[in-house]
Amino acid sequence: LVFTEEDKYGLYSNLLFKYFLAEGVVCGHDLFVASAKEHPDNILKELPAPLLDDTYRNERGEEATAVKSEDFQDSMKIAWRYQNLPKVEASPTTSTKFGHYYDVSKTMSPELFQSIKWHSFYLPEELSSQPKMKTRNMNSAYSRLLQSIQRIIYQEGFDGSDPQKKLKNILRIGIQSLGSMLWGDDICSSDTPEHIHSLTKFLYVLRGLLRKSLSACIITVPAHLIQNKAIMERVTNLSDMVVGLESFIGSERETNPLYKDYHGLVHVQQIPRLNSLICDVSDTKDLAFRLKRKLFTIERLHLPPDLSDTVSRTSKQDLAESAKLLSSGCGAMAIGKKHLDF
Amino acid sequence: QGKFTLLRDTRTDGSFLVHHFLSFYLRAGCKVCFVALLQSFSHYNIVAQKLGVSLTAAKERGQLVFLEGLKSCLDLLFGEEEKQSGQSSPLQFISESASDLKALFDFVRTSLTPTGSDSWKGPVLLVDDLSVLLSLGATPVAVLDFIHYCRVTVCYQLKGNIVVLVHSNEDSEDEENELIVNSLCHHSDLILWVEGLATGFCKDVHGQIKIIRRVSLELTAEQDLVQIYQYKIQDKNVTFFARGLSAAVL
Repeated sequence: LVFTEEDKYGLYSNLLFKYFLAEGVVCGHDLFVASAKEHPDNILKELPAPLLDDTYRNERGEEATAVKSEDFQDSMKIAWRYQNLPKVEASPTTSTKFGHYYDVSKTMSPELFQSIKWHSFYLPEELSSQPKMKTRNMNSAYSRLLQSIQRIIYQEGFDGSDPQKKLKNILRIGIQSLGSMLWGDDICSSDTPEHIHSLTKFLYVLRGLLRKSLSACIITVPAHLIQNKAIMERVTNLSDMVVGLESFIGSERETNPLYKDYHGLVHVQQIPRLNSLICDVSDTKDLAFRLKRKLFTIERLHLPPDLSDTVSRTSKQDLAESAKLLSSGCGAMAIGKKHLDF
Repeated sequence: QGKFTLLRDTRTDGSFLVHHFLSFYLRAGCKVCFVALLQSFSHYNIVAQKLGVSLTAAKERGQLVFLEGLKSCLDLLFGEEEKQSGQSSPLQFISESASDLKALFDFVRTSLTPTGSDSWKGPVLLVDDLSVLLSLGATPVAVLDFIHYCRVTVCYQLKGNIVVLVHSNEDSEDEENELIVNSLCHHSDLILWVEGLATGFCKDVHGQIKIIRRVSLELTAEQDLVQIYQYKIQDKNVTFFARGLSAAVL
């Protein structure tokens, strides 16, 4: 369960969301797209086109399928963020190449969709088609979404319940802007929401569904709107992977010389620790992203070189502060200016 | 015997302790009731196999009673009506408005009360993790009541042990969770507090563990014993060392 905290204007998280789905199309997975604000058909029309002319793609495609066949377990599969994006530059830690490159300036051609099955859940349509539904002590929109997902998993045989369906495929679920007011949840609009447990209950049941079937899910949530931080803590506990995107648009960091090459920061709050005692931590935690005309890349944050003495006098303090703020690790955060323990 | 151990983690994941206690008690021959709310059975099984214990075998011979929270919840919400008329699910507080955990307690009690043919040493209740109950809609009072009832039954009546994992954060805004954690800290005989390093992420030292033996509870006017170690988690093992003496530094 990949949980993405949206950046303020939702631009970049939308992009990640589309990458996830596009990768699903290219790999031949089935898709399930749910949204309350944009019709899933429109979302699917805007998926970025894969770079088919790239000669690397064939090799990478083979490697990707080889890795996936090893990963096929009965219980679940996790979507790694790195699977959808070009390899992290200047980082030797991931030696296997995952996924494909995408060209953001073009949209995916409809022929690619024909080989896969996709299902959609558009909340306004669902509400109008079936006005009454048992809700079982949960937000009705979430309840419907869960029922819909469960139905698809069961019908299409992703949970292995139907022995006749031999074809083992993966269902990629994408849910956009969960927790926003459009889903009928009030955690984004008030400090003491009435139904404080709706989102967490939803996530728990979704987690159960994912564990039980061959599916992976990405959720984007406008975390900056959620006033009650307790919910975010609980949600982090319930997700396998939590990634926060912070874009520099409209914030003071836009003009900060530290960040002039980048469009935003990537905060990896949590990575999955499944089926083993340890998790796979990479060496670096400071990641930033940028959107070039064709590519969306995530890189290690490089501090620009200190050029002159007078300029650096004041900014060196800022640099040190920011550098400390950036080093947040797998659950371990740097607090203030404490000295190293050893 | 009759001990309540609290596993507490802050800024890091303390579930390796849960895996340790699970395999430890199973190897010791105790009857274990494991309320696993956060992960699936196969996750615990795979890790337990690395540590040398087979959970499926333990389940089959009746030594382990495993409540897989995720699966139970799905059965509760999506199961057909006929199944539910006979037995009530231990997690039925999720779908009902009454938010007490009595059904869960009944489940624990029935699984740990020894039957005539049992020959296991001492019952053990293991919970991973308690903070999830709050996310599912239980009130803090209900959770504390549940723990209290379990203590009375498991620790005093059956002379068994309880091990519970909770998450906490020093500057957490989750007041309900902090309330539960503080209350449990006061009642625990042993607290294992796992924290991420305050100075940030490190590849060789994953965190530090504080072992607090609550000797003060025994009314002998002694203070609690506190020991602090640092640790590094490996694939099948966790190594502990004194602060500042990790293998990478020496």
